Amino acid sequence: MLGYITKIREISERLLKEGKVDMVIGFRKGTVPMMNEPCVVKNPENVKELVWDSNCGINLANYLTDRKEKIGVVAKGCDSRNIVTHLIENKIKRDQLFIIGVPCKGMIDRHKITSMFAKEIKEVVEEENRIIVRGDDYEKIFKKAEVLQENCAICIHRNPVIYDELAADLVEEQKDVDRYEDVRRIEAMPAEKKGNYFDNLLSACIRCYACRNACPLCYCLTCFVDESRPQWVGKSINPTDIRTFHFLRAYHCAGRCTDCGACERACPMGIKVREFTKKLEKDCFELYGWEAGMSLDERPPLDTYRPDDPDFIK
Amino acid sequence: MKVVKIDKRNWAGKLEKLKESYRLFGPVKDNEFHIFERLDKGELPDFNYFNTRLSPKSIIYPQSETMLEFSLDKSKENHHILKETDTDCSPRAVIGIRPCDAAAFLLVKRNFDTAEHKDPYWVKAYETTTFVGLACNNPQATCFCTSAGCGPFYEEGLDLLLVDMEDHYFAKIITSKGENLLEAAGWNTGTDADPAGKQIKTMKQEAEAKITSSITTDKLKDKTTTDLFDAPFWEEVAFACINCGTCTYVCPTCWCFDIQDEVNGYSGIRMRNWDSCMFPLFTLHGSGHNPRSTNMQRVRQRFMHKLKYYMDKYDNGIQCVGCGRCIRLCPVNIDIRKVCDLMNSYGD
Repeated sequence: MLGYITKIREISERLLKEGKVDMVIGFRKGTVPMMNEPCVVKNPENVKELVWDSNCGINLANYLTDRKEKIGVVAKGCDSRNIVTHLIENKIKRDQLFIIGVPCKGMIDRHKITSMFAKEIKEVVEEENRIIVRGDDYEKIFKKAEVLQENCAICIHRNPVIYDELAADLVEEQKDVDRYEDVRRIEAMPAEKKGNYFDNLLSACIRCYACRNACPLCYCLTCFVDESRPQWVGKSINPTDIRTFHFLRAYHCAGRCTDCGACERACPMGIKVREFTKKLEKDCFELYGWEAGMSLDERPPLDTYRPDDPDFIK
Repeated sequence: MKVVKIDKRNWAGKLEKLKESYRLFGPVKDNEFHIFERLDKGELPDFNYFNTRLSPKSIIYPQSETMLEFSLDKSKENHHILKETDTDCSPRAVIGIRPCDAAAFLLVKRNFDTAEHKDPYWVKAYETTTFVGLACNNPQATCFCTSAGCGPFYEEGLDLLLVDMEDHYFAKIITSKGENLLEAAGWNTGTDADPAGKQIKTMKQEAEAKITSSITTDKLKDKTTTDLFDAPFWEEVAFACINCGTCTYVCPTCWCFDIQDEVNGYSGIRMRNWDSCMFPLFTLHGSGHNPRSTNMQRVRQRFMHKLKYYMDKYDNGIQCVGCGRCIRLCPVNIDIRKVCDLMNSYGD
């Protein structure tokens, strides 16, 4: 995947030089290990700033919402599915976009790697399929597969579903993946245990809304938690209010979430917020055979009605 | 200068004794990260940490704090009248706070405790708390305290400074509050101050040398505020920002809050909650107008406040102690060091 960058820069430079786009949205190298920063390049001379590696887990579809310019955007599989969702939901127009498709081999889990070391991580170097973590007096080498973000480890749509040009040949999709093992585990819990599980999961939440704001689906002009007339949710760190926010947000993403993992990656407290969205993603798959963002030609299940829709109210 | 030697073999027992006269708070490991919490009986602070993920500002200034209480039950006397909430004002001590975080309280004090206005909640909490610092022998790569007005052994804001010497601590007495705490615990055997002072000085120099990250702020004061405000780099700085509240909530020097009334049945409370200049709601007027309606305006506000307005208003450095939390925790890697350098060198 490291080799992609030459091609991404080449395409970006061409697009900018030929005036086909006003800007290219991609990533530039971060200032701390395992972080890259979403960035915008407008001048062809600056395409050298762009990078591509396994630290590009933020979903760039989030940066397209309601933009008016012509934009080149670097899109891995999940980003491309959120671009499709944006197109369906009229948050951007197809002819505004030049999609530089990235066949993705997965992003590494910065929370997981950080928690594996008591000592400070000074440097994380990536080689094809190897991740080398270094500190002042240690070095540890991982196979990339061992430290993938959880959503990437179970991803079955690594290739972009929509693109104008590819940064590399398409990759082989992962097969025989059990996508919902963790959801089934929680579903099987008795109600009380499930309640406790969610309470523990959310106990560290500081209501910074990084999960919501990193999510390309959360573009409401005023989020329900920010409404003041009426005020649906309290503003404090009361556990019921925190739970209300997370549960409702997850429901708002039902049938739209692509499990890109940006929410979980963004959370400064390392909360596994995907445990909520994934349950609804599973339900949509099981009830409607629906996977979000796979096609421009089909309306999402929750904005259409069919007489033979399954009865999901139990 | 007086230095007391604390044998680590007596540490746990004396802390228990201290709990008889102080409510103790200290760093404990919560899942994978350290956090400051009340230390109950038998609980010890865990000093095996770089710094806590959240700053200890919440000990003095909780994220959600009840200010007043009221009843809406008309059958009760004094219904619809706001009453002060009973808060525990007994002495507290924070054991093992990093010097940068303690120094941060002094910056915040300029806002909450002035000659004209005193925030009773903050002032009472601050004044009844004794701060026992833990010198930072191993700063992180994102720490830039030495160029942000403090340092790994910085003493201002602390009552005592502990220096970890393997089998013992040196406790350097900084204020009478600190001395009182030592007495309450029964640590009153003074040590020969000169050699201890020399050892502490050496360790301080070693720790400072380990700080490789820095910012430059020397030209900020003389920059014209409106020039910086109109600088062209803000759009680029703000591009990646998702406008979450992470940087402001993890920051030890961010002090903004919002006041809310919450009613449950007939009883209600007036509370304040941390607020963040990153949120559009922060500046939304009752008219519907929002003077900081765009992402860029809000990002600019945060950096201008920390690095320029604060300096202009108080003439006492920047509103940052260089703890590096916002750098480590920003979901999209916006780095205050880069922004500060852009501002400091703007127009050169």
